[in-house]
Amino acid sequence: MNAAYAELFQALRPETHLVVGAVLVLTLDMIWARHRPANRHHVALLLGTIALVSAGYSAVTLGTLGSVYGGMLMIDQLAVATRVGVIGLAALALALLPDAKRLRSPAEFTAILLFATTGFTLMAAANNLLIAFLALELASLSLYVLAGFNKTNPESAEAGLKYFLFGGMAAAFLLFGFSLLYGLTGSINLGQIATHLSMQGQPPLLVVALVMVLVAFGFKAAAAPFHLWAPDVYQGAPAPAAALIASASKLAGLVLFTRLLWPGLGGAAGTVAHLPISVGWAPIVAMLAGASMLLGNIGALAQSNVRRLLAYSAIAHAGALLLGVIAAGRVGPGPLFYYAATYGLATVGAFGVIAALESGGPVHRLTDLAGLHRRSPLLAGCLAVFILSLAGIPPLAGFFGKFAVFASVLQLGGLAGPAGWLVILAIALSAVALYYYLLILKQALVAAPVENPAPVKVPLPAAIALLLAAGSIVVLGLMPSLLLGLF
Amino acid sequence: MNALPCTIYVSFVGALLALAAGSRSAGAARLVALLTALTAWGITLAAALDFVPAAGLRDLVNMPWVPEFGIRYHLAVDGISLTLLVLTGLAATAGVLFSWNIKERTGEFFGLYLALIGGVYGVFMSADAFVLFVFYEIAIVPKYFLIANWGSTNREYGAMKLVLYSFAGSALVLAGLLWAYAAGRATGFGFPELVAATGRLDLLQQTGIFALVFLGFATLAGMFPLHTWAPTGHVAAPTAASMLLAGVVMKLGAYGCLRVALPLSPDAFHLLQPYIAWLAVIGIIYAGFVALVQEDFKFVIGYSSVSHMGFVLLGLAAANATAISGAVFQMFSHGVIASLLFAVVGRMVYERTHTRQLADLRAMPLHRMLPFPAVVFVLAGMASMGLPGFSGFPAELTILIGAWQTNPVWALGAAAGVLVAAAFTLRAIQVSFFGRTGPDICTTPLETLPAVTWPEKAGALLLLGATIYLGLSPDTLLDWIRPALQSPYFHAILTGGAS
Repeated sequence: MNAAYAELFQALRPETHLVVGAVLVLTLDMIWARHRPANRHHVALLLGTIALVSAGYSAVTLGTLGSVYGGMLMIDQLAVATRVGVIGLAALALALLPDAKRLRSPAEFTAILLFATTGFTLMAAANNLLIAFLALELASLSLYVLAGFNKTNPESAEAGLKYFLFGGMAAAFLLFGFSLLYGLTGSINLGQIATHLSMQGQPPLLVVALVMVLVAFGFKAAAAPFHLWAPDVYQGAPAPAAALIASASKLAGLVLFTRLLWPGLGGAAGTVAHLPISVGWAPIVAMLAGASMLLGNIGALAQSNVRRLLAYSAIAHAGALLLGVIAAGRVGPGPLFYYAATYGLATVGAFGVIAALESGGPVHRLTDLAGLHRRSPLLAGCLAVFILSLAGIPPLAGFFGKFAVFASVLQLGGLAGPAGWLVILAIALSAVALYYYLLILKQALVAAPVENPAPVKVPLPAAIALLLAAGSIVVLGLMPSLLLGLF
Repeated sequence: MNALPCTIYVSFVGALLALAAGSRSAGAARLVALLTALTAWGITLAAALDFVPAAGLRDLVNMPWVPEFGIRYHLAVDGISLTLLVLTGLAATAGVLFSWNIKERTGEFFGLYLALIGGVYGVFMSADAFVLFVFYEIAIVPKYFLIANWGSTNREYGAMKLVLYSFAGSALVLAGLLWAYAAGRATGFGFPELVAATGRLDLLQQTGIFALVFLGFATLAGMFPLHTWAPTGHVAAPTAASMLLAGVVMKLGAYGCLRVALPLSPDAFHLLQPYIAWLAVIGIIYAGFVALVQEDFKFVIGYSSVSHMGFVLLGLAAANATAISGAVFQMFSHGVIASLLFAVVGRMVYERTHTRQLADLRAMPLHRMLPFPAVVFVLAGMASMGLPGFSGFPAELTILIGAWQTNPVWALGAAAGVLVAAAFTLRAIQVSFFGRTGPDICTTPLETLPAVTWPEKAGALLLLGATIYLGLSPDTLLDWIRPALQSPYFHAILTGGAS
């Protein structure tokens, strides 16, 4: 038993770093930094970043351990990559932390962000229904608080409440689904569930369990028709919180559910690559994917608020990511991970630009970006990289993510089934998407500033984060094998 | 020869340098842009000098890029690519000269301009469909900003329309290529591999793939009825961008049709061949008639571009060695002539008179006020009409001969288009520059317009020289193009007519 505990502590070293970091941030703030308001958020930022970097470093050095503690956790290549990915995205999001004047109690914010990241890293490795649920809840509860953190802003409160209510409902569905799975198979371990399912075939109750699980998945991925929280949360949450929800949370959620769906419930996948389709979760995921792509892209056309536009673009991207989940069973999680990680980078970056602009006044409408090229060439250039990556323009990473996912889905069965048709739909909709992405860039790079083109001062941490994100998008786009080669 | 890939890198690095130089001074950005364009053009010319025409592509770079999907960074050239590379260098250099007067955000202008050029060079050298696609899309986005920022009439609409058409076209291409790659179980995106993969599918799927890829590229080549982006985009664009768009970017589409779409599935091509040819012929005549009634000078040139690109498509559709070599020659020739026409209209005339309405221009004795542009425009118009002695003549004649061998009716239709082209060109010349002639103008004092500057003269002479030289010695290019078409890669499609 002792050896097993030692193994567990070894495997949870990154999480330990994060939690200790969070506690340190809170303690130091309480005994020292709260009396120095000018430096308060610097201290929180510095400690939080150190915690994240050390956690990321230990996740890398730990390497793959395989099955840990009786199959509770699976530290495979995907888990390592996802841990590093979510920690990196969280670090980028943390760098956008506004100063204490605009966001009170930065230390609490940082600590909760670290707790959320702990949840993400656990989600990346969870191989057991209980761990999966706990990790998901740890992450979700932290995110609800982060979304509603700006107590002076009613929109933030609305975001927090809405996210919480939807999230709570989704968690209830998930738990119900998990309980059915446990009842059907007698186990909460994904490996044993898979074995049981392969032996006993597919009882009808399994379909109910799958639907329940997929409701929660749809919520986490912001896929239609479970997307309704996304526009409001993206609009109201403080920028670092919105960035985290849009990037790291999505990456962790996708990996968690991919692990749950393929190694755990792969036997009940059914097929959508060929006609006739057979029953399972894949047809449902395909339906969610198609609905998300249509609704996200068409909804985004009507938006005049930057953050809401990003939310609808996120819904559209969720559709493409779900296609990647379908393909992951055969080609592995490489394309899906690449897409989710680079999408996260671009979204964090886009929110970073918004956060930097918000220091000079609220950014609501697209026209608030007008003349950005005059006010801050750095922000305008970075925004161009992020938005063009979201639009899928090579050589940026967003293009290759789409390409890899689409190619791997088509490799399943060509155009012989709905999965292939959805790819064609997705490619067609990417031309629609370019329109609304160009509307953002038109304001930022073409339109003249409305009045008083005051230069924007970008805080140093945010500038570094933006340049890092933009640089990684270019490098990963030019050398996709850096990520794809991991799997 | 082996330095050719450097044209891409030089252009991209030049783009960054121009961007950096632009924040210091506009002059520095201009100089960087000119040097970059000249260097890249020089590389293509040096390669052309020691080019030995041969069948098949000659490898320049070939290394794995994304092994997970069998994608290779593979650049190679043959006579067809080389022709278009030289054209790109020429048009790019002339474009820089004609945008010497850009004063606002000069660095960004030339940065985007050179990025576009880099993408174009890349497309013409790609020997892997994925690489080609990447460069093709790199060339799309700068166009939006060039037009929306520095354009004129209705620029934001024109820019958006043009970019969405281009992007929708490229989406069709991507869908087709992925379909062929996945359904045909290809191991990579090299052209021969994709052709083999498509060949493994049934005719229905082959036709679907061919239609997607061909339509995608043909949209950018301005094929009727998908051409409507071209006139609005060209009119809205700043001069250098119009020159590049009509001169080079439309050729990307035609080149994609020839290099990727047609060989992909010879069976599907032969099935659809008559439709493509008829669309091309309709485009030639229809765009010609539309050009005939335009009241905006730039729209005349915009529609004439569509009409002349119809010849390229007809040449490709006729699918014999004569017609296709004529089509490639026409790509070069039209690239030069269209650039020249847009330069005269957009830069030399519009930026001095501040009007492009033919009704207004008619009231001015422009041939007296702007003698140099008048001479250039008359010569360019003659080239555009296809008079002997200019490159337009051998190009269109070769296409007509080739088309006749496949189907004489197509050739007759296109020949009628030549007459329409003569009509709208003559009308444009007459109304614009010679609207007011006669003895009375010698007595009225002329308004003075700013004199024609040296970069304009240099650019115009460069382009005029090219069209006249190729008109007198068409074999310079045809000797590169014809052997390239002997390659087994094109063999299956060269069946139209006896040649």
